Amino acid sequence: MVVKIPELAFGFIIPEIIITLSAVITLLLAAFGRRESVGALTGAVALTGAGLAMIFTCTLWDGSASIFNNLYTIDNFGTFFKGLALIVSLLVTLLSLRYAERENIIKGEYYSLLLFGVLGMMIMVSSTHFITIFIGLEVMSIAIYVLCGLLSGNPRSVEASLKYFLLGAFATAFLLYGMALIYATTGCLDIREIADYVASGNFKPTPMFMIGLAMLIVGFGFKTASVPFHMWTPDVYQGAPTSITAYMATGIKAAAFGAFLRVFYTAFLPFLGEWSGILWLIAVATMTLGNITALVQDDVKRMLAYSSIAHAGYILIAFVIGDQFSSSSILFYVLVYTFMNIGAFTVVILLGQKDRENTGIESYAGLAGRHPLIALSMAIFLLSLAGIPPLAGFMGKFYVLSAAIKAKYYWLAVIGVLNSVVAVYYYLRVIMVMYFREPAGELHRPDFSPAYSIVIVISVWALFHMGLFPRDFLLIARKSVGIFM
Amino acid sequence: MNQTFPILSAVIFLPLAGALLLMLLPRQKALFIKVSALIWTLLEFALSLPLFFNFNEKTPGMQFVERREWFPEWGISYLLGIDGISMLLVMLTTFLTVLCVLCSWRGIEEKIKEYYVIFLLLETAMIGALCALDLVLFYFFWEIMLVPMYLLIGVWGGPRRIYAAVKFFLFTMAGSVLMLLAILALYFHYGGETGIYTFNVFELYRADIPVLKQYWLFAAFALSFAIKVPMFPFHTWLPDAHTEAPTAGSVILAGVLLKMGVYGFLRFAIPLFPAATVAATPLISWLAIIGIIYGAVMCIMQTDLKRLIAYSSVSHLGYVMLGIFALNMQGLEGGIYQMLNHGISTGGLFLVVGMIYERRHTRMIADFGGLSKVMPRLAAFFMIITLSSIALPGTNGFVGEFLILLGVFRSNMLYGVLAATGVILGAVYMLWMFQRVMFGQIKKEENKRLLDLTKREAAILCAIVFFVFLMGLYPRAFLKKIDASAAGYLNDVQAKTAVYASAGNVPVKQSEAK
Repeated sequence: MVVKIPELAFGFIIPEIIITLSAVITLLLAAFGRRESVGALTGAVALTGAGLAMIFTCTLWDGSASIFNNLYTIDNFGTFFKGLALIVSLLVTLLSLRYAERENIIKGEYYSLLLFGVLGMMIMVSSTHFITIFIGLEVMSIAIYVLCGLLSGNPRSVEASLKYFLLGAFATAFLLYGMALIYATTGCLDIREIADYVASGNFKPTPMFMIGLAMLIVGFGFKTASVPFHMWTPDVYQGAPTSITAYMATGIKAAAFGAFLRVFYTAFLPFLGEWSGILWLIAVATMTLGNITALVQDDVKRMLAYSSIAHAGYILIAFVIGDQFSSSSILFYVLVYTFMNIGAFTVVILLGQKDRENTGIESYAGLAGRHPLIALSMAIFLLSLAGIPPLAGFMGKFYVLSAAIKAKYYWLAVIGVLNSVVAVYYYLRVIMVMYFREPAGELHRPDFSPAYSIVIVISVWALFHMGLFPRDFLLIARKSVGIFM
Repeated sequence: MNQTFPILSAVIFLPLAGALLLMLLPRQKALFIKVSALIWTLLEFALSLPLFFNFNEKTPGMQFVERREWFPEWGISYLLGIDGISMLLVMLTTFLTVLCVLCSWRGIEEKIKEYYVIFLLLETAMIGALCALDLVLFYFFWEIMLVPMYLLIGVWGGPRRIYAAVKFFLFTMAGSVLMLLAILALYFHYGGETGIYTFNVFELYRADIPVLKQYWLFAAFALSFAIKVPMFPFHTWLPDAHTEAPTAGSVILAGVLLKMGVYGFLRFAIPLFPAATVAATPLISWLAIIGIIYGAVMCIMQTDLKRLIAYSSVSHLGYVMLGIFALNMQGLEGGIYQMLNHGISTGGLFLVVGMIYERRHTRMIADFGGLSKVMPRLAAFFMIITLSSIALPGTNGFVGEFLILLGVFRSNMLYGVLAATGVILGAVYMLWMFQRVMFGQIKKEENKRLLDLTKREAAILCAIVFFVFLMGLYPRAFLKKIDASAAGYLNDVQAKTAVYASAGNVPVKQSEAK
């Protein structure tokens, strides 16, 4: 019997290889390296690895291939999300250089898990095969279950980890079951084959197929923190180390939307009528619930958690529509969202102390008087989240809304903009406290470190750049979704 | 048109550059910061003067046009230009900003650097919104305006400043997001019909929109602008914002920001949706009349000077809207002229109240009385500005109100009669207020030791009074700049309205058939 060995196409997965190697090296360094220098050393390895992987990912742009027996796909869509995951990992690693040190969570595994999480994201967005998508998702999720609980002395962190793990396991089961049901009806695991099969004409959507579809929505809805699968989000975001919160709110969400988008826009577009109605409801519920609950939060970290739910809702506005234009606006939105969220979380980190996070809104009082630059950058991130021009958050909303208007989803767009007015209230509330209130007590000295300021400067610059000159980024996004018709 | 120096960009971005420079100055040198801000705004005013003097009053079209590609795939461009309608508003902005910097000299003692930085940013946003001819660019500036104004009220405002600032922001934002959707809907409608996707407002003027759709789009635009104007019943944010804002904030709010709403109607809502405009004229006129009378009645009952002036703004802006929606030459010119007047005279009133407030730290009418004895010079200026606000012949207010009433009477007798009653009420509340504050016996001990105007304050009020008389006695100097643009504007609007009218009684079906 001749076993056909798949053609070796390692050239296409150099970024993944680099990330895996760096993750393993950091793990080994932690085990064998000197205790005092482990933090800096592993951090440096992680940063270098992610940087190198980023460079190689960029060279993959415009490349397209289907490798390893079609289990792995290289295309612009995947490359875009891979790049995004690497940006997230670079920024989070950077700010962790100080944060992980401060919170004493350098145990070597930290950066290693961070990198494995990124590896999972990269895998899940660059495959058209259910099995590979699932493996990517699991690699990512398991790394993050652990990362959430790294503040071992803090019961909230442990609670976050356990909660995320239990609920996450359920959600994964749903996803897997959904895939199984789809496989049972169509006989294919590759979404391109499913698309062909479905389009072939002799296919009737059986109830089993539809249940499978619904289960996929549940699974992805959980990872993207959409209502009603969002219950874990506030607690987990609040309890996890803040760097990991930033990582989850941007990286996981982006990767999950990437895989969600690819699966649904490739395989299930013919059934747009069936699932877009459900997603319409989910979008409206996600925006509204996220925003309204965020209104009453007195904890900035928790408020940002609810705001991230609301933003998933805005992204879902475009998701409902199901054309190329709307999908490119999702990509742009996710990109913009990454920078504004990581920026905001970095400021939250910067104002915290070891064992005292100072995330209550009152601890922001009078910040503008004492530390004008920190307050200004926080204001920029919040205004961008609120969608005020000339910041990138406005452009993100602008493209999502134009996709909705173009497809004549007027009511969805109206609900979306009215939601963004509600959102303005709680973003402004933080700005108000920073600028209009006097400090309640003595402000402690923020934890200044170049690690944070670099991340903040990069984010601010990115927000202004993408807000004022969005053209290049939108063209990239448009090119990335060329795989959908 | 064929000039090489991009003067509009320069006028827009000079204050921004000033704001960035100011940020770099050391915070301790307060006087240095103030002087730099003053020099910068004077420079800005000087730079804007060529707009007035080089303005070609013969052509109705846009002048000083600048165009650069911004996002060609989407038809978003950096397109600037001004005509007779917006040019004078730009001048008003640069003029009032100088006065605002001057009047904040003593009033603002905290966070001086941030204050002037924010003021300059606000100036950039305001002028940008007045010059932008691309809807996305306009929306950019329109939204950016909110943030500095929010901070001005919230940081340097009165006791209820936070409430007022948040209310201001949410009201305006709620209106403008719906406008954003309408802009997008218009864009896709025009693109779908002609294949040209553009946000260039002059292209979009040519759009042929089904009447029903026009109603919706007009409603979204009108809501956004009506909140900004503010028209009854969307005016409730204004008294709060005015009362809590620092003096300069009130001046700029009354002088320029409110005009943005009217300007929005003029530049966008009316010419883009002529059929809807005609249909909405009775509604808007009635709201304007209610605003005129309601604002005046509210003024009579106010006990706080700033709140009184705020309600008088509601009344005055009612006239402006009524004049513009008369849709004839007199009404339109009067409306535009009255916008400038309102900027000058209400700005002046806020300045005077600010000066009194700096001395007495109260704005309650009951706390005053007999001030003219201790402050004769202030009283004289106050009197002139008050008279200009009630449109005494010889002052600027008269020209505007007269033209408006002329236009309104020509278009609808009933509106004219009702609006004219507002003139009487206006005289009542202003004169009564003046009498209670300035005349009579000095009842309060504190009022006896008040100092009269300083040189700086006298200079500010002189500048205001100069324009009160110049615009009152020689309106041609300004009206001739408006003439051609206003005539051209009306021609366009009427021609388009005629097209829709000639389409018959069921215009919806007609335009769908095309």
